[in-house]
Amino acid sequence: MVRLITHNLLACHVKGCTSNNFPLEFKDVQVELRDAEFNSDFLRGFIPKIEWKALVDAARQVGNTSLPLELPEMLDDDFLKSLHHVLLEIHVEEGSMTCPNCHHVYPISNGIPNMLLAEHEIG
Amino acid sequence: MSRPELQAPPEIYYGDVEAKKYTKNTRNQQIQADMTYRALELLNLLPDEPAMLLDIGCGSGLSGEILDEEGYIWTGVDIAPSMLEVALEREVEGDLFLQDIGQGFGFRPGSFDGAISVSVLQWLLNAETSHPTSSPPHRLNRFFTTLHSALRNPSRAVFQFYPSSDDQIQLISSIAQKAGFGGGIVVDYPNSKKAKKVFLCLFVGGGGAQQVPQGLDGEVEEDGKARFERRRERERTRSNSGKRKPIKGRDWILKKKELYRKRGKESVPRDSKFTGRKRKPVF
Ligand SMILES: C[S@@+](CC[C@H](N)C(=O)[O-])C[C@H]1O[C@@H](n2cnc3c(N)ncnc32)[C@H](O)[C@@H]1O
Ligand SMILES: [Zn+2]
Repeated sequence: MVRLITHNLLACHVKGCTSNNFPLEFKDVQVELRDAEFNSDFLRGFIPKIEWKALVDAARQVGNTSLPLELPEMLDDDFLKSLHHVLLEIHVEEGSMTCPNCHHVYPISNGIPNMLLAEHEIG
Repeated sequence: MSRPELQAPPEIYYGDVEAKKYTKNTRNQQIQADMTYRALELLNLLPDEPAMLLDIGCGSGLSGEILDEEGYIWTGVDIAPSMLEVALEREVEGDLFLQDIGQGFGFRPGSFDGAISVSVLQWLLNAETSHPTSSPPHRLNRFFTTLHSALRNPSRAVFQFYPSSDDQIQLISSIAQKAGFGGGIVVDYPNSKKAKKVFLCLFVGGGGAQQVPQGLDGEVEEDGKARFERRRERERTRSNSGKRKPIKGRDWILKKKELYRKRGKESVPRDSKFTGRKRKPVF
């Protein structure tokens, strides 16, 4: 149950890994699609928080190419519907996320990412 | 009162059996639900404003179900796999992470519009290992520092917890303050043995100018009347400010139930005229 909305907020938290530690890269993912209720107010409020390029890339990694490369200035309904789907309806169930900097691998099993660090990785 | 945090590490204490027992116990459900509503009240979000919340030590999702009902999008973290397993079974909507909050968070700055944590913080006061990085102050420091950065400015984080001494409250407050938080302790029903509840109410931003909310007080009878009064009060403030719009309407719930039935899930509640109405917990 990692949705891309949460993935877009998540950087690596290994000790000393503080730059180039976002976004974590999806590998070998299995996804499930699940309907979520559309709420355009929520989306409009959330858009300023999004790292756009990371979201577009992550969506591609899980097989979705519906988002434009640049965040459009006009937020029409069609766009918001695609954004809604990408952020809230794609659930990564299995696979892993790798830090681009320190290469720590966070495995995802049963929809739950394992964020636990080894003793020497704790800040 | 019993102190599970002194008995075993959390992921051991909340094993398969205890996780199920904890979640099924209806009295426990009521208590956790009530404290969740109170934490949300202290979080003081604008009514009708959608928000992304963090549930710290989300356990089996007893709070998460309320966050779902109230229309929040949320992420939960917990160190006990068995608790998260139960949360999955209960089909909460939030994303779940297996995480030790004492190791800190990696969320980008300003990720969340608020955080709640119900009955968790006391666990951070008890370290299992003797490794220097695992001392409670070190873990608390890592926790509060990374939490502070993960929260939007301005926003709040509200923790209900069970301190076992004033020293513990002091320790926690001072580390939170050093991490950049304003705020303080709110005690509800300080004079009642049963109804007394301690909340750490932390603020991001505002330079600490925000006032710490008042604790609740008043006549408390040992049969839980205090909770009832508190709830009435809440209903009142709610109807004044207008109810927040639930994300999940009746149609959505009907659709989801249909889906569960198709998947062969048993015990899907039948549809009725009450489907999709706000649940009114009865005490
Ligand atoms: C009493 S339960 C409360 C669960 C949930 N908040 C509720 O109200 O039902 C305490 C929870 O804190 C979690 N916990 C304890 N220490 C933790 C830690 N270091 N990191 C993450 N979760 C922790 C436990 O696994 C357990 O699920
Ligand atoms: Zn890293």
